Amino acid sequence: MQWETVIGLEIHAQLSTKTKIFSAASTAYGAEPNTQACAVDLGLPGVLPVLNQEAVRMAVKFGMAIEAEVSDYSVFARKNYFYPDLPKGYQISQMDHPIVGVGHLDIEVNGQTKRIGVTRAHLEEDAGKSLHESFHGSTGVDLNRAGTPLLEIVSEPDMRSAKEAVAYMRKIHELVQYLDISDGNMQEGSFRCDVNISLRPKGQEEFGTRAELKNINSFKFVEKAIFTEVERQKEILEAGGSIVQETRLYDPDKDETRSMRSKEEANDYRYFPDPDLLPVYISPELRAEVKADLPELPEAKKQRFVTDYQLEAEAANNLASSRPLADYFENLVKTSSCEAKICSNWVCVELSGALNKENLTISQSPIDFTRLAQLLQRIADNTISGKIAKQVFEAMWSSTDSADAIIEAQGLKQITDSGAIEAIIDKIITDNPAQVEQYLSGKDKVFGFFVGQTMKASQGKANPAEVNKILQGKLKR
Amino acid sequence: MTIHTKTLKQLSQGLQTGEYSSQELTQAYLNRIQQHSTLNSFITVTETQAIAAAKQADALLAAGNAPLLTGIPMAHKDIFCTQGIKTSCGSKMLDNFIAPYNATVVDKFNTAGMISLGKLNMDEFAMGSSNETSFYGSALNPWADSTVPGGSSGGSAAAVAARLIPAATGTDTGGSIRQPAAFCGITGLKPTYGRVSRYGMIAYASSLDQGGPMAQTAEDAALMLQAMAGFDAKDSTSAQQDVPDYSANLNDSLKGLKIGLPKEFFDEGLNSEMATTIETAINEYKKMGAEIVEVSMPHLKLAIPAYYVIAPAECSANLQRMDGVRFGHRCTDPEDLNDLYIRSRGEGFGTEVKRRILVGTYALSAGYYDAYYIKAQKIRRLISEDFAKALETVDVIMGPVTPTPAFGIGEKTADPIEMYLADIYTIAINLAGLPAMSVPAGFIDNKPVGLQIIGNYFAEAKLLNVAHQYQQVTNWHQQTPKGFE
Repeated sequence: MQWETVIGLEIHAQLSTKTKIFSAASTAYGAEPNTQACAVDLGLPGVLPVLNQEAVRMAVKFGMAIEAEVSDYSVFARKNYFYPDLPKGYQISQMDHPIVGVGHLDIEVNGQTKRIGVTRAHLEEDAGKSLHESFHGSTGVDLNRAGTPLLEIVSEPDMRSAKEAVAYMRKIHELVQYLDISDGNMQEGSFRCDVNISLRPKGQEEFGTRAELKNINSFKFVEKAIFTEVERQKEILEAGGSIVQETRLYDPDKDETRSMRSKEEANDYRYFPDPDLLPVYISPELRAEVKADLPELPEAKKQRFVTDYQLEAEAANNLASSRPLADYFENLVKTSSCEAKICSNWVCVELSGALNKENLTISQSPIDFTRLAQLLQRIADNTISGKIAKQVFEAMWSSTDSADAIIEAQGLKQITDSGAIEAIIDKIITDNPAQVEQYLSGKDKVFGFFVGQTMKASQGKANPAEVNKILQGKLKR
Repeated sequence: MTIHTKTLKQLSQGLQTGEYSSQELTQAYLNRIQQHSTLNSFITVTETQAIAAAKQADALLAAGNAPLLTGIPMAHKDIFCTQGIKTSCGSKMLDNFIAPYNATVVDKFNTAGMISLGKLNMDEFAMGSSNETSFYGSALNPWADSTVPGGSSGGSAAAVAARLIPAATGTDTGGSIRQPAAFCGITGLKPTYGRVSRYGMIAYASSLDQGGPMAQTAEDAALMLQAMAGFDAKDSTSAQQDVPDYSANLNDSLKGLKIGLPKEFFDEGLNSEMATTIETAINEYKKMGAEIVEVSMPHLKLAIPAYYVIAPAECSANLQRMDGVRFGHRCTDPEDLNDLYIRSRGEGFGTEVKRRILVGTYALSAGYYDAYYIKAQKIRRLISEDFAKALETVDVIMGPVTPTPAFGIGEKTADPIEMYLADIYTIAINLAGLPAMSVPAGFIDNKPVGLQIIGNYFAEAKLLNVAHQYQQVTNWHQQTPKGFE
């Protein structure tokens, strides 16, 4: 039987507010346990939540970016369950009236664009962390993370492969960073997702029973977890079994998923509107403000790069995928008088390559756009060749020197003086009579030999155009 | 020196003119508390802190310009968090809880210069109408120690009635200020929902809870409310509404005042002597020129069932934080997490609290939510509309606070439903979020009776005016129980 995979994602993006969603405690990552948990976060008797308006603004921004219905009226609800890292015994979340309603996002897989529906996105608070190690059989609780604002983004079951799921997750990841509403840091848990997977016979409309894979925090693991889970479900179905609706955990070390709890064991969360918080009304003023504040989105930026800078679609896509990268590129174009295509090449190939190698982001780049602009400027004005530029780039990477200083110090200036180049060429012609003979007898390829020799003799500094011109004059057939 | 029968107003004059010092006053009241400790109205007496605060108050008074209430003793219901002082909420669960912060109300009274003498007894987590659910045993009614002082603010009412303190704070979720005020013959005011900050006031049912003053007179209640009321950025449900001068209109004439009497308040459920007492009180208003209009609250009878869905639902969630993990009672040697939860909560909570948690949990459960919680919210809206409609035609609504005077200790504990039904005249007001007062209006068998005055949203000044005028022509509020003169 041919099976079709059906996937829906619930993504939790931590919003990058300075303080928590319902208290004034800091959200900064990495502090000593329980040093960033105030009375409200600890759930002490008598404390009350006060909504962080910045979180609301960020959610509205996200809603607008995915062309979703942003509700005028939304309600916070209590989701009740007991756990030591959930101080109040309930999580403040949203149920019936989420802040962001139906929207969509386009992904590209194998050159095909596909529209993925977003069911809703709602605001909620994160729980704390239970630490099971190093407490001599007891469990420690760190409540620094308790009350951190999350935006839970729920997709429609619109994805049909691991590839689509990852493309969608990447797209959301890119978008929240673009909007500057989340740092998207997956190691720190700022961006994680639950994956709902089911199979159905190809052609069948009705969905199969799904399993939910909880809390996966890397693109790679999402992909692997889906493969593993699809295989597991396929095996069961093909053996005539049926899938149990349950929550499963993906173990990346063993590359397997295992059951956490079945539907029967699932909590009844007893949601009801939180009486401590008033409903949230989104005013037309706030809408207008957020709209004005909305950055150019990746898709629009990509189109503009193609039109304004004549970039290839792939390069434009590449650059537009990250706002700091796109900004870097545009600043580079503006500062250097280099062609946009050359700038794009340098950013996409040399710079990105070097960054990837050291696992750095563009904002951590040791070479800022002003320094790179000077380097590209020197290519444009023929001071150095593109090849030498790569050498200069490497030197710049590991120092703070300017391109000019390095060119000067290492004597890398291009030889454009035709007299000097002629002298080199004359010597090579004299030293290689056999090759001259071959070329003159019609072997075109040998021309390259002379270019190479000349460049070598000039330590790469001879202007290649000039070398070509002079060689062609001297080796006239 | 018999100062304990004096009102806040009189005490303030005595302190400001130097007739006595705050330290003398504080000591005098501390002595009375000690002397009448069998009343069990206090859970904690903070003698040392009170004396230190009185010293400071005296310095302030000596320097001049001290706020009006400076140096006057009072006490807080043990539901308000007080920094560094045990805040038990009447429960074994919080018997070891020393609050690390002050409730906004507590801060406000500190700023006003009042001297807190301690924390007052109450029904456990404010769940009860008799004070009998308190982990510390019931406070007694000073009018007859075989009867309950009412609840949940029973300690507050008993202490003010016995003149152990001139005034106290209370909270009212379904009648918890008004009913004990009525049972103990004092003046109590439940403000409009949102008028007084709930920050630091341990939540029972968040959408119904409201703190308010309990005092001898309406005039004193006005002074207390003045100190308590106001928007608080720490409480999202507190009202961003200006606080008027509650004392400014106390002496306004009541000529032409329209008083609505809901016929449902005077039906067969009301004790006949009670009905007579209330009618007598209404007659006083007629004499002052008020007009009486009959109004109707067709949904009143649904108030109790609606309340006993909404309040338990909210409390079931509110009390989940009492889990033995971070504060409060924890069982010894828990085997695992479940054991920790089950035993800590099982041991920490009393019967009535457990009953309400169970009811609330059930009402919110999948499959029951619409039938109970949603329906109760609809009833709540209908009740609000009943009041809104009546208040379009009248200035205030009057009626009894309770169907009978204080009942005997143990009389209703066997049948919780009977206890719940006794709150019929107070609960609807919380569901509507309106302000209401209980004013001493006479006695039946030497037991005090309260007249209830209900007003429109944020009409506390009007209620105080209406109550004060009554107290100008009656002296029920000046009666002191035997043995406490």
